[in-house]
Amino acid sequence: MKKIIFLSLALLIGGLLTAQEVNSLPSINVKTLEGETYNTKDISNDGKPIIISFWALWCKPCKKELDAYNDNYEDWQEETGVKIIAVSIDDARSTAKVLPFVSGKDWEFEVLLDPNGDFKRAMSVNMVPHTFILNGEGKIVYQHTSYYEGLEDEIFEIVEKVAAGEDVSGKH
Amino acid sequence: MKKIISILTIALVFSASAYAQGFLGKSEVHGSFETDAMYYQADDALGITDSLINGNVFGFNAFADIIYTLGDFSAGFRYEAYLPPIAGFERSLEGQGFPYLWATYTTGKFSFTVGNFYEQFGNGLTLRTYQEWTLGYDNSLNGARIVYEPVKGLLLKGVYGTQRYYWSKFEKNGRGIVKGFDGEININDVFTGLSDSKVRLIIGGSAVSKYQSDQNPFYKLPKNVAIFGGRFNLGIGKFNFSSEYAYKINDPSAVNKYIYKPGDAFIFSGSYATKGLGIFAQFKRIDNMSFKSDQAVTSNALDINFLPPLIEAHTYMLAAMYPYATQPNGEMGFQIEINYKVPKKSKLGGKYGMGISINYSQMNDIAREKANDTAYIGQSGTMGWKSDFFKFGDQIFNRDLTVEIDKKFSRKFKSIFKYIYQDYDIATILGHTGDPNVKANIGIIDMTYKITSKKSIRWELQGLWTKEDKGDWAAILVEYTVSPHWFVSIADQYNYGNKHSYEQLHYYTGSFGYTLKTTRFALTYGRQREGVVCVGGVCRQVPASNGFSVTISSSF
Repeated sequence: MKKIIFLSLALLIGGLLTAQEVNSLPSINVKTLEGETYNTKDISNDGKPIIISFWALWCKPCKKELDAYNDNYEDWQEETGVKIIAVSIDDARSTAKVLPFVSGKDWEFEVLLDPNGDFKRAMSVNMVPHTFILNGEGKIVYQHTSYYEGLEDEIFEIVEKVAAGEDVSGKH
Repeated sequence: MKKIISILTIALVFSASAYAQGFLGKSEVHGSFETDAMYYQADDALGITDSLINGNVFGFNAFADIIYTLGDFSAGFRYEAYLPPIAGFERSLEGQGFPYLWATYTTGKFSFTVGNFYEQFGNGLTLRTYQEWTLGYDNSLNGARIVYEPVKGLLLKGVYGTQRYYWSKFEKNGRGIVKGFDGEININDVFTGLSDSKVRLIIGGSAVSKYQSDQNPFYKLPKNVAIFGGRFNLGIGKFNFSSEYAYKINDPSAVNKYIYKPGDAFIFSGSYATKGLGIFAQFKRIDNMSFKSDQAVTSNALDINFLPPLIEAHTYMLAAMYPYATQPNGEMGFQIEINYKVPKKSKLGGKYGMGISINYSQMNDIAREKANDTAYIGQSGTMGWKSDFFKFGDQIFNRDLTVEIDKKFSRKFKSIFKYIYQDYDIATILGHTGDPNVKANIGIIDMTYKITSKKSIRWELQGLWTKEDKGDWAAILVEYTVSPHWFVSIADQYNYGNKHSYEQLHYYTGSFGYTLKTTRFALTYGRQREGVVCVGGVCRQVPASNGFSVTISSSF
């Protein structure tokens, strides 16, 4: 047991020392709304920023957050070219309901399904909503958990900076 | 000796890391942790006395999860501690350790994992291992997994291992060994001529087996039990259909009371989705489908497969009072849902549009007949029962009608209105033997007012009216938030309609919290009512309690 603790600590410290400040996306198989397998390594946006937001049908604040993004999406895209990807962590009880729900909501952005939480785990997401902002090179430069009214303004400020090539890690 | 090994390991890791930094510079570490702590107080009205608490005033659950990535290689661990577990969590969790240790190497078309892993085949009817921290649920497999993608559109998986059972180590002749195979083919990807077709078809199949030695003194049990599943997903323009059927050979267990009947499960879903409108319908039937890696276990543990409860999942306080849980020995039912967005600038929709959602779901027992003349239905040691696939049983487990309207009235003010009717078999689902079905009407109004661009206030008003169980309830919640950091909320649930006046209690809570990027701190004080917390189909009973709880969660 002690050995394992030592090893883990060593791994952690060693890792922290060598780790870069920003991480990139892991290679995980998720599903599209049509049920096709999609690898998260393929997420890209031609050098422009990306917002990845984890949500679920049972999560009220998540749906509010995505509604707020949807209301602003056209403007945001025009100004920064940002792409939003909403990752549903709904499991088998409701994965088939996500597609008709998203259509009913008239959300304009891409939605992916992560029914067994593989992508969620690989991204160290504890609770939803959890939102990531990626820069043009696909590196994670900002993340935030939970949603309160008005957070979308903050998120967009950061997206603007990222689009302009500013360094946003370590701020806020 | 141990020390030398430890030092050597550290040195090795450091030098490996340094090497990595120098030559590859690709090394990445991230992770998350959470601690949930409870401090309990005596509360005579809830029946919690000092002598009942008996000095056990603390509950403490915590984990840390670390992932290390170096190019195509990644590894990680999760440390967990329950010292002791918070009230309502399984007592067997008490202790601490590393229940989740893994390493994965991905190269081209192959991916290998050793250690603990989570996997799901199809909808999970044949195999699903997963973890749900809020429930203390974890049935991870410990062994090996291979994923192979020979061509785009064809995905093959093989798994082998034993499942986690709290902190107890695997022992020979104990719980079973699980082996599984799954294959999925995307026809449009594999046959390039079909890549532009409007008809999209994906077909999958899986087979899972469990080997467990027969330790039962009364019955001769099969050592090997297999389960097979087939599924498809068909998209035709705006229509989407998906279905899965699974068949399990006879598997007498404590859950089905040792009957020798084979089991099966069937799910069919269809949807139509177009801009602003989504229509969804689903049929489900389960007959004797509990599949665990130990025949003797009845609790929420060691499940190999997953039987999703296909009923609307509620999250508002009073609407979540009567949550449904899948009945693995038999249930059949259906669900229909319509989501519609009334367009912006229409008469009804107003400036911002309006969302309407209607869901109806019903789950009955399956119809059962005697398997033969000499045995009663469900008798241990027999074939159990015969059942007509298309015939609904008379007993209603759950019916739920939910109507929701969400409307934004102005830039500052928006609201959600919700009406729910529930018919709930409290005797079967919660084990309140002899009690009649609870028939409840629930009304909810949820209003949000944006004071400034960052500050907003939200109210919830809720009522639950029923003649059964504990009678009528009213609830109120007020929440004030300052984006992106702060929230404060107070809530009260009042059981004013309880027929015993001494049980007409207020369940009040006050919370506040602070969030900084991905770090969240929340403190709650108050009374928690006795109830059931369910996430993703698994539920746990939560006892009534009074006290403080603190949650700190972070990820990086």
